[in-house]
Amino acid sequence: MELFTNQVLAGIATGAIYACMALAVVMIYQAIDHLNFAQGEMAMFSTFVSWQLMQWGIPYWWAFLITLAFSFAGGIVIERLLFKPLAKAPILTNVAGFIALFAIINSVAGLIWDFTIKQYPTPFGSSPFLGSQLISTHQAGMIGVTVLLLIALYFFFQFTRIGLAMRAAASLPESARLVGINTSWMIALGWGMAAAIGSIAGILIAPVVFLEPNMMGGVLIYGFAAAVLGGLTSPLGAVVGGFLVGVFENLAGTYIPVSAMS
Amino acid sequence: MSAIQEAVTEAPAVEAVPKRAMTLGYGTSLIMLALLIIAPLFVKNFIIFQLTMLLIYALAVLALNILTGGSGQFSLGQSAFYAVGAYTSAILMEHVGMNYALTLPIAGVICFAFGFAFGQPALRLSGVYLALATFALATAMPQLLKLGYFEHWTGGVQGLVVTKPDAPFGLPMSQDMWLYYFTLVVTIAIYIFSVNLLKSRSGRAFMAIRDNEIAASAMGIDVALYKTLAFGVSAGITGVAGGLGAIAVQFVAPDGYTITLAISLFLGMWSAASAGCPDRSSVRLSLSSCPTSPKAFQKAFLAPCSASFCSSSSSWCRTAPGR
Repeated sequence: MELFTNQVLAGIATGAIYACMALAVVMIYQAIDHLNFAQGEMAMFSTFVSWQLMQWGIPYWWAFLITLAFSFAGGIVIERLLFKPLAKAPILTNVAGFIALFAIINSVAGLIWDFTIKQYPTPFGSSPFLGSQLISTHQAGMIGVTVLLLIALYFFFQFTRIGLAMRAAASLPESARLVGINTSWMIALGWGMAAAIGSIAGILIAPVVFLEPNMMGGVLIYGFAAAVLGGLTSPLGAVVGGFLVGVFENLAGTYIPVSAMS
Repeated sequence: MSAIQEAVTEAPAVEAVPKRAMTLGYGTSLIMLALLIIAPLFVKNFIIFQLTMLLIYALAVLALNILTGGSGQFSLGQSAFYAVGAYTSAILMEHVGMNYALTLPIAGVICFAFGFAFGQPALRLSGVYLALATFALATAMPQLLKLGYFEHWTGGVQGLVVTKPDAPFGLPMSQDMWLYYFTLVVTIAIYIFSVNLLKSRSGRAFMAIRDNEIAASAMGIDVALYKTLAFGVSAGITGVAGGLGAIAVQFVAPDGYTITLAISLFLGMWSAASAGCPDRSSVRLSLSSCPTSPKAFQKAFLAPCSASFCSSSSSWCRTAPGR
């Protein structure tokens, strides 16, 4: 039973990361009706930026905040430069654009920071959480940060003017434009926020999977799975899907015989 | 849903391509063929090996072109079919002791079945969902190859080493050069097969589905059958390319067939499409019409060659030990 609880909690911790990735994917999907295949690589790049900042001696949380700002700006720049011109293009062109972005970011990160695997620090430590053997402080920290993020996003979308405008632009662009919302910039804003959310996921998962240009490959697939499970158009569904996928992944890893998995 | 509607309503906007723009004359084709034939006589073995890989990637890109250009579906999962073909050849050669040339049709048939089976669920998906499913297939494939169940056959993480065939009938040429000509013959055969396929009844059915699915089914085309068939044919050709790749590189391992390979093939197709059409602003146009005119294949041949040449020199040699 303790093993079971342990695995469920660990699953919720990784599930928190999948939830973030799924949320980022869903935000972009809602804005432009396309799946962002480069989401994982964008998050990886942000994580490298934060690592670099820490190498330069900036404290963890400052590096975290600077990285968030950088990712936000980066997301907007990518949208303006690459995907705004593709808005009317067919699906295949967009998929090719995302794949190109994937390849470019991956290679650029490898060029700047090398393909060697690096350690990434955690601010939470990895001792047992509150004296219990069930979950480590880093896992608890992952869950905590994600929950805070989700609450913040909920309030942003429910109770602020700009959050409402973004929801309007996503659900009915024409009507939103008629009431004076700049839908084009709302899409850019969505990209920025998705990039920032992705970077949080990257920074939180980096101590677990270690830092390297291909670190987000698996995470992204689980994020997609979570987003599809949640229905691709519902942020809440994506988050629930993320937690479910995380828990299932851990339980399957524990209870399906090892000889079958290797 | 809106994506599907868009795809349906936008598809007929493909205009007829000016014929001259898309075709290479017979003369040019023959010169290219002659170049391909005499090129290995003047270069070192390593370059011949690179040229062989170039032909193999061209074959894989051709397969993707049939799927995308022909039937309008797309796949980010070609590396999975390539891997299945490579492993089929390697296992048959090393564990069963079969002749390398005989393993290729078997690899093709197995991949055809695999692609056909994968096409069944993929039928219900279109647009982004299809991209997602094939993307997941490509990501999952290396893990599947590492499964403990198959380790006896696949060699697990360590992969399999394949012996390189000697030139038969005592022909005075090196192994690399023999393999190059062997690959060239297979490539040309499959090229002729693809051109004829696209000109045939089935090929026209593919293109009708690409242009407008609803109209195609109204004309009596079994959309489900032909869509899965396109997946199967594409996977089968990719499997043959994979088998050739395994023989040429002499080594198969799960990590040689990651998503990066699928992306290179995808980019290869893309560059093939943009090279096939002089007007760069209408890449999509050329992409969907490229394979309709058979001569464009010739041109489409060169572009993936350059694309695959880059990828073969960078990524492939790292996975091939002793090279």
